[in-house]
Amino acid sequence: MEYFLQQLINGLTLGSIYGLIAIGYTMVYGIIGMINFAHGDIFMIGAFVSLIVFLIVIGLGVTWIPLVLLIVLLVAMLVTSAYGWTVERLAYRPLRGSFRLAPLITAIGMSIFLQNYVQIAQGARVKSLPPVITGGYTLMEVDGFTVQISNIQIIIMIVTVVLMAIFAYIIARTPLGRAQRATEQDAVMASLLGINVDRTISLTFVIGAALASVAGLMFVLYYGVIDFYIGFIAGIKAFTAAVLGGIGSLPGAMLGGLIIGLIETFWSAYFSIEYKDVAAFSILAIVLIFLPSGLLGKPSVEKV
Amino acid sequence: MSSTDAGKQPAGRPILQVQGVDAFYGHIQALHGVSLDVHYGEIVTMIGANGAGKSTLMMTIFGHPRARNGRIIFDGWDITDEPTHHIARRGISLVPEGRRIFQRMTVLENLQLGAELAPDSHFDEDLAFVYSLFPVLQKRQNQRAGTLSGGEQQMLAIGRALMGKPRFLMLDEPSLGLAPLLVQQVFDALRQLNEEHNMTIFLVEQNAWHALRLAHRAYVLVNGRVTMSGTGKELLEKEEVRAAYLGGGH
Ligand SMILES: Nc1ncnc2c1ncn2[C@@H]1O[C@H](COP(=O)(O)OP(=O)(O)OP(=O)(O)O)[C@@H](O)[C@H]1O
Ligand SMILES: [Mg+2]
Repeated sequence: MEYFLQQLINGLTLGSIYGLIAIGYTMVYGIIGMINFAHGDIFMIGAFVSLIVFLIVIGLGVTWIPLVLLIVLLVAMLVTSAYGWTVERLAYRPLRGSFRLAPLITAIGMSIFLQNYVQIAQGARVKSLPPVITGGYTLMEVDGFTVQISNIQIIIMIVTVVLMAIFAYIIARTPLGRAQRATEQDAVMASLLGINVDRTISLTFVIGAALASVAGLMFVLYYGVIDFYIGFIAGIKAFTAAVLGGIGSLPGAMLGGLIIGLIETFWSAYFSIEYKDVAAFSILAIVLIFLPSGLLGKPSVEKV
Repeated sequence: MSSTDAGKQPAGRPILQVQGVDAFYGHIQALHGVSLDVHYGEIVTMIGANGAGKSTLMMTIFGHPRARNGRIIFDGWDITDEPTHHIARRGISLVPEGRRIFQRMTVLENLQLGAELAPDSHFDEDLAFVYSLFPVLQKRQNQRAGTLSGGEQQMLAIGRALMGKPRFLMLDEPSLGLAPLLVQQVFDALRQLNEEHNMTIFLVEQNAWHALRLAHRAYVLVNGRVTMSGTGKELLEKEEVRAAYLGGGH
């Protein structure tokens, strides 16, 4: 039971990170009906920018950790958003209205480019960050087995909940959110009402990238090591989460992220750590076959 | 007397000029050198058979599809190649064919989207105005627009267009699917908007009888070409028009 509780905490932490990445997939799919295959690498960029800025800020002699984290967070969001914006401008916008597979090919190209670019610029070996946020709480202790929640886990969950709340508010209540939902449903009609559809789509990529950068920062803080390849693995899992939750559905992305995080953690804990990545892929295959519209997704055939 | 007499026709300064416009869908040409003018304060209607190109013309004014040849001038500005949302921001609203309301959003959200271009300070006033025209929308304001009846959706599409406080309102078959009583109500509302709020209106209608009686001037479109024009009254009296568009019965 204690072991189970401990895995639950670990799984929810991991799931929060996947959920934040999954939002980017689901939002972009919602608005342009296509998967952004470079999104996993945007997350990877976010992690690298976080790590580099972290080392720079520390190197400059700033030692108060909350301030350091705030600076890292802001810079990472800004820089990563710029990457997200660029992906849309280079890989998607020029090909809008061309055949459906074309932007997928360019996006995969972008993905490969980003991986190689980071590999060349930062080296192929893992980069590490010494633990910055340490400590935690022991929740219970039975027969020498302890259930712990670390401070970093608490931070990850709180940040995720706060971001989700802000984000849900933007989508549901602000003119930008309305413009996004309108563009999603009928882009031409949205433009007839004066909505700048190109800008709305750009902002969707930017918001997705900003959330992915936060996920990247938390990933660095949580695991302490990253390499140029993390975007691929985490990207596939977050994509699975988005599909599982119902691609296009925002609560679905978060739910899917949590489920994937939990499955992966329990799989490693109870079966074998070797095949933990296979678990995500198997789920993706099963969901696509039996539940193509996902848990919270809308059915693909809609009354017009 | 409900028909507009020609004497009240406003002085002619064009707000919209369409000059020799061609439009294509792929290789199919839908408009052939269409030219027409709408003047400030006028109600102008365009009648034509199914497939004549009426909806295409309205969408071409907004750049969907783009005019291939010719020019479109609005309020003195050449808008032929402007991005669609810029054209909208010049103060043109369209109630498009098929309504195109945002089904998965609430009635109120649809109206808010229509008001994206109007200053926030006007919002309450404009909303009250739309609700006074179509009280049913107020009752349904938090309902998903996709669950409205066809007629209610039509009212929402008109209300949404009005929320932008347009100077120039285009309507593509606004009476489609409405009960006769409501058709009368919509046409009365258009007349009221024109007379009391000085709104210029460009109208495409199946219901040629209603439209020609309402309009100051009218154009007839046949296979993508303007073949006739004149005051509403003149066209109503023309034998060809009566035979082709009024069922000869009136
Ligand atoms: N999206 C499209 N793709 C290809 N052809 C189209 C498209 N839309 C319209 N057309 C063609 O263009 C011509 C004009 O169509 P349009 O919809 O403008 O006619 P309309 O006068 O509005 O007819 P209706 O009274 O039936 O609404 C028709 O021949 C139609 O088949
Ligand atoms: Mg039509």
